[in-house]
Amino acid sequence: MGTTASQLGKDLLSEYQELTFLTKQEILLAHKRYSELLSKEDRNLTSVPMEKVLSLPELKSNPFRKRICHVFSTSDMKDGSLTFEDFLDLLSAFSDSATLEIKSHYAFRIFDFDDDGTLDGGDLEKLVNCLTGKTEDTRLTPEEMRQLISNILEESDIDKDGTVNLSEFQHVISRSPDFVRDG
Amino acid sequence: LPLLSLGRSRGAIISQYYNRTMKLRRRRQSRPSIKDFSRSARPSIRGYGMETDCMETEGRDQLVNNLQNLSLSDRVRMLRAMPLSVAEKSELRYLYSSTILLSTSLSFSSLYPAVALKRVSGRFGTGVLSYFLFVKTLLFFNIFLFLVTGLLLAVPQAVHPPTLTQGHEAFSGLELLTGGGYFSDSVIYYGYYSNSTLSKDCRVTSSSMEQQPSPSVSRRTMETDCGGKPSYNMPLAYFFTIGLAFFITCIILVYSMSKSFGQSFRIDKSHGILAMKVFCSWDFKVIKKTSVKLRSENICIQLRELLEETSRKHVQKTACQRIGRVLVHVLAWFICIGSTVACVLALYYFSEYMHKVRDTRFHLLWCCCQCWESFVGQELYRFLLMDFIFTILDTFFGEFLWRLFSQRVLKRKRKPVFDISRNVLELIYGQTLAWLGVLFTPLLPAVQIIKLLLLFYMKQTSVMMNCQSPRKPYRASQMSTIFITLLCCPSFLGAAVCVSYTMWSIRPSESCGPFRSLSTMFQSGKLWVKELETHNPNLAWLAWAHSYIVENPLFLFLAAGIFLIVIYFNTQVVDGQRKIISLLQEQIENVTSLNSLIQYLNPS
Repeated sequence: MGTTASQLGKDLLSEYQELTFLTKQEILLAHKRYSELLSKEDRNLTSVPMEKVLSLPELKSNPFRKRICHVFSTSDMKDGSLTFEDFLDLLSAFSDSATLEIKSHYAFRIFDFDDDGTLDGGDLEKLVNCLTGKTEDTRLTPEEMRQLISNILEESDIDKDGTVNLSEFQHVISRSPDFVRDG
Repeated sequence: LPLLSLGRSRGAIISQYYNRTMKLRRRRQSRPSIKDFSRSARPSIRGYGMETDCMETEGRDQLVNNLQNLSLSDRVRMLRAMPLSVAEKSELRYLYSSTILLSTSLSFSSLYPAVALKRVSGRFGTGVLSYFLFVKTLLFFNIFLFLVTGLLLAVPQAVHPPTLTQGHEAFSGLELLTGGGYFSDSVIYYGYYSNSTLSKDCRVTSSSMEQQPSPSVSRRTMETDCGGKPSYNMPLAYFFTIGLAFFITCIILVYSMSKSFGQSFRIDKSHGILAMKVFCSWDFKVIKKTSVKLRSENICIQLRELLEETSRKHVQKTACQRIGRVLVHVLAWFICIGSTVACVLALYYFSEYMHKVRDTRFHLLWCCCQCWESFVGQELYRFLLMDFIFTILDTFFGEFLWRLFSQRVLKRKRKPVFDISRNVLELIYGQTLAWLGVLFTPLLPAVQIIKLLLLFYMKQTSVMMNCQSPRKPYRASQMSTIFITLLCCPSFLGAAVCVSYTMWSIRPSESCGPFRSLSTMFQSGKLWVKELETHNPNLAWLAWAHSYIVENPLFLFLAAGIFLIVIYFNTQVVDGQRKIISLLQEQIENVTSLNSLIQYLNPS
């Protein structure tokens, strides 16, 4: 299932093409990049540890990089390591041809910092802090944060349980066409 | 929480997709039997998931069964859209394994404009993108007009050039600016077109349609005079081409307006801007550290502004402020309408004065009035050109120099915002000119096409260099609806009314053009119908239909009445839907509080 050789078999390639939104060239490129991550380590490993994935230039500066690794990782140890297929999942979800539903589903999981299936006040606070950055002058004051979170919950919480679940999240997303292009 | 370690449990995803494949199967094939339905097909309720592991496998088998029965493309599409990992999906795939033929879907790799559009939309959001999409829409309208008038009017006339009464002027570069000179006696303008039936190798010069078609001078005998060669009735062609072009443009406009309206209309509107901003503003394609920092800063500033605005909205405007706003609006309208009326009156009195004087110096003006349609066409050509020149100047001064000024002199940190509304209004103005001019200058859409192409690339460069993304997350679909509505309602409607009035009532000039001996342009159609009736009594119904439908205003009133009734019904339906939505929201709240109460009373 993983990459044992430096070549990707034709059957596997066609299977991945069917199951993901990536084209053949993109899958081959992904394979190349993934092998480069592995080549510095033991070749027999089937998954790349999280630190190595985070060293990719595309993820290095992304404030959500750790969450991305945790969400796409299927390892039992929950350590954020990615197999090649997890890597393909990642690329497929962020590709341009992915559907709105896939993007919103994974975005919800990325934003769900405590992995409890809903976005509560704590998740939203961490989300906003990630968005606005680490420096002091771009952070919102506690007062602003409180107001922002209460506004967000007022706007998107339909069943008024104090959290945003997946359906409510998707409802907000569906009203913003920006999401599909930027995601 | 055994199954809810993920945002949505696998069992829920599988059962949701089971439902979808079921719906797809039902659509594509005959109904499956009742025994195929299973209780595990119900979607789970959040937090109170009733799926257990064994139900998951049961649901999965049902899903696999469904997938097997779908067509290949449906299956591939369904699999791709499932938010499961590749490993899980390939497991499903092996379960229904049949010989998989790889369906290579040809994606028309977009041309350069689409790549450019992606860059713009990535940085500036969909508000600015909707402007560029509008430019593309206008381009298609003009290409359609150009093809129709070019193929049906310009090409036949160019192949049979009329004998010219005066000598042909030489080409000098100035024609591109003035539209006159060499161009004035060419297919570009109305005056060039002959009023006869064109035929190969057979110039029928005396086919003035005003002569009552007696049986001896009929089109048929004219044709037999020409040896049965194919002939082309230019006045009729001109009239019907222009009419048809406008009619089809009208239909396309109304159709795209309704489609766009359907896509963008949200019953609960202008709600949730803040949530949208927070959930959707992160661009995962941003890679460089500096861009990330810039983006974060931008988001922070925009969030702060939006927060301020929402808190300000709760403060009611005082009556004084409202009256002040109304007064400003009234003043602006007054100034606009007043200056327009003043210009019109000034022109009118000036031209009256000119007519009285009738100086030889103004021979040109008088001469041009001999063929007033070409004159009007030239004027519209010049208007279009001026519009283009002013747009270029406006881009240069308004965007480029203003950005330099605001950054160096005013020391503002952010670049100016791209003014979407002003640019769109300029586009609509240009398009109105093009539509007005098609009757008099059949090749005017070509000029508009060139202008739009140049404008597209120019504005795109300018936006990337000089502007920043707008504050509010605009909804592209709503903006597109507004643009198309503005294009349809004052712009196309006005142009269509002017052209219809010209064709219906104004006397064409005597010395040039395809309608030179008729009392109105519309008469060419009437005479043709009469002719048809005399030759072919079977087509008498056509003449009857013509006189009762086209010439009778009652039919139009009836059509307009039915249209208004349909619109009224639709607005009532929308009102009802709004009420239902608020009722349903109340119900959801009630159910949730009931659930929490049950949970509290029965902790299990």
